[in-house]
Amino acid sequence: MRITLASLICALLLLVVFGTSVYFLYRFGPGAVPRPAFIRQAQLETLTLAGLYVANFLALAFSVLLPVDSLSGEIDSGVIQTIASKPVSRSTIVLGKWLAFLGMATGYLLLVTLGVVLLVRLFTGFVPPHLATALPVLLLGAATLLTLSIAGGTRMTTITNAIVVFGFYAIAFIGGWIETIGALLGSDAARYIGTAISLVSPVDAMWRLAAHRLQSPLVQQLPGPFSSAAVPSAAMVVWAVGYVIATLLAALRGFRTRAL
Amino acid sequence: MSEAVVQTRSLRRQFGATVAVADLSLSIGRGEIFGFLGPNGAGKTTSLKLLLGLLEPGGGTGEVLGAPLGERRARARIGFLPEHFRFHCCLTGRELLRFHGKLHGMRGAVLERRIDELLVRVDLTDAEGRPLREYSKGMTQRVGLAQALINDPELVFLDEPTSGLDPLGRLLVRDIIQELRDRGTTVFLNSHLLGEVEATCDRVVFVREGRVVRELSLAQSVGDIAVELRVAPLDPATLAGLAQFGSAITRTRELLRMRVSDESVLPKLAAWLVGRGLSLYELRSRRRSLEEWFVEIMGDGQRPG
Repeated sequence: MRITLASLICALLLLVVFGTSVYFLYRFGPGAVPRPAFIRQAQLETLTLAGLYVANFLALAFSVLLPVDSLSGEIDSGVIQTIASKPVSRSTIVLGKWLAFLGMATGYLLLVTLGVVLLVRLFTGFVPPHLATALPVLLLGAATLLTLSIAGGTRMTTITNAIVVFGFYAIAFIGGWIETIGALLGSDAARYIGTAISLVSPVDAMWRLAAHRLQSPLVQQLPGPFSSAAVPSAAMVVWAVGYVIATLLAALRGFRTRAL
Repeated sequence: MSEAVVQTRSLRRQFGATVAVADLSLSIGRGEIFGFLGPNGAGKTTSLKLLLGLLEPGGGTGEVLGAPLGERRARARIGFLPEHFRFHCCLTGRELLRFHGKLHGMRGAVLERRIDELLVRVDLTDAEGRPLREYSKGMTQRVGLAQALINDPELVFLDEPTSGLDPLGRLLVRDIIQELRDRGTTVFLNSHLLGEVEATCDRVVFVREGRVVRELSLAQSVGDIAVELRVAPLDPATLAGLAQFGSAITRTRELLRMRVSDESVLPKLAAWLVGRGLSLYELRSRRRSLEEWFVEIMGDGQRPG
């Protein structure tokens, strides 16, 4: 409850800060000055992606922290003993929690990302392309960390679990940069290392794929913080889906054999 | 014994190198109020968790209500109050009972009616709408007892049910156990309060290092009775003759102490002494308390837990 409330406050802060910035930039600041259409397009796409990057980060943090204490905390406190001794299977307990948290994470992701998009639309009239296909990819990234967090909770204490899952995110983040820099410098070795890291933790790959989808073909060619130099393939989406399923199965197995 | 609702054969469970339950063989009949006694670290809570399916046994087998340990259809007919009852503290008392009722598949008016009954029974009607985090230890224990009974179970496992309760709370738990007995519900009671066990249980087992070391029936009026006699004159022939009535005969001046197996021995003993022309000044008998049994069975080497 407190995690949800704190996350909602963070989301509200993000939207207020972002909305205020966009408003002043495009009503009174440099953005109000007439420029060539492609420059204005590039500026707006970069600005939107910057907002979405933070929104995605908040959604990922929410996906890790919301369920991180759910199983491990209930095991540690003993709450789970009266629940698991009832006529419900342990798989049902894990799946129930997974579905509930996935629903909440989806709601939160939609709130922060669509909030950013709506603010940009409200103050500039711009809407990024392919939003309908990019958002499910972002959700897949969040589902990856959420499922890892639940699976970790079947075997680890809350703090250890949080450290491990954030570690997975940090690895993915570094892997993404290695892959992008490798692509920009033409280093195959760096690209392979980055891809291998993305296979271990596909969270950042989902962001890069979604960010690529949210840019127009013109902006995709430009270098920048959201460069499309190393865009994961559609196969990575299939891999991430399989990753979530495999992690969920590991969670089910881990909890089924867990001493309570 | 009537039909066994709990039956285990050589159950074993260890954690790393530590053996918590070494060889647990139990049989509990339907409708029995069964006490499970032992010092701290004897493996009582681990045994209970094995019976509930919260732990997988490392060896041995067992059935609860005719089903293998931990099977879901048996769990539907079981109630359980853990030693340290914990809960989602944002819930109110009624919400907690509703949550646990729903886990049993109960819904609607049937569930609400059952919650009403239980709240009255555990004397929490006035606190049903308060969050559990505001409950006292005793109230927590009582709402925990109510959740254990929400499905009207055939078999109830109570792990230290009177822990944290004041004398009135203990009396309430004792009354509830008595009601369960009257309805034919089997109760598995794990408690350190031997007085409570003595007052409620039909039979107890003592466990030490994960093994049953002694079984004792409290329901039947048989058992070890300590007798003190003051009789005169005391001659060697009388002392030798007393051996036919009991054992452990000791003499301190005019006072004789001995143990007999049954209360029916006492009038025969008195008649025998008077028949020999002896003057019987005093004859006192006292049944051994469960605490005395506990100390004797667990041995002098047992350290306080």
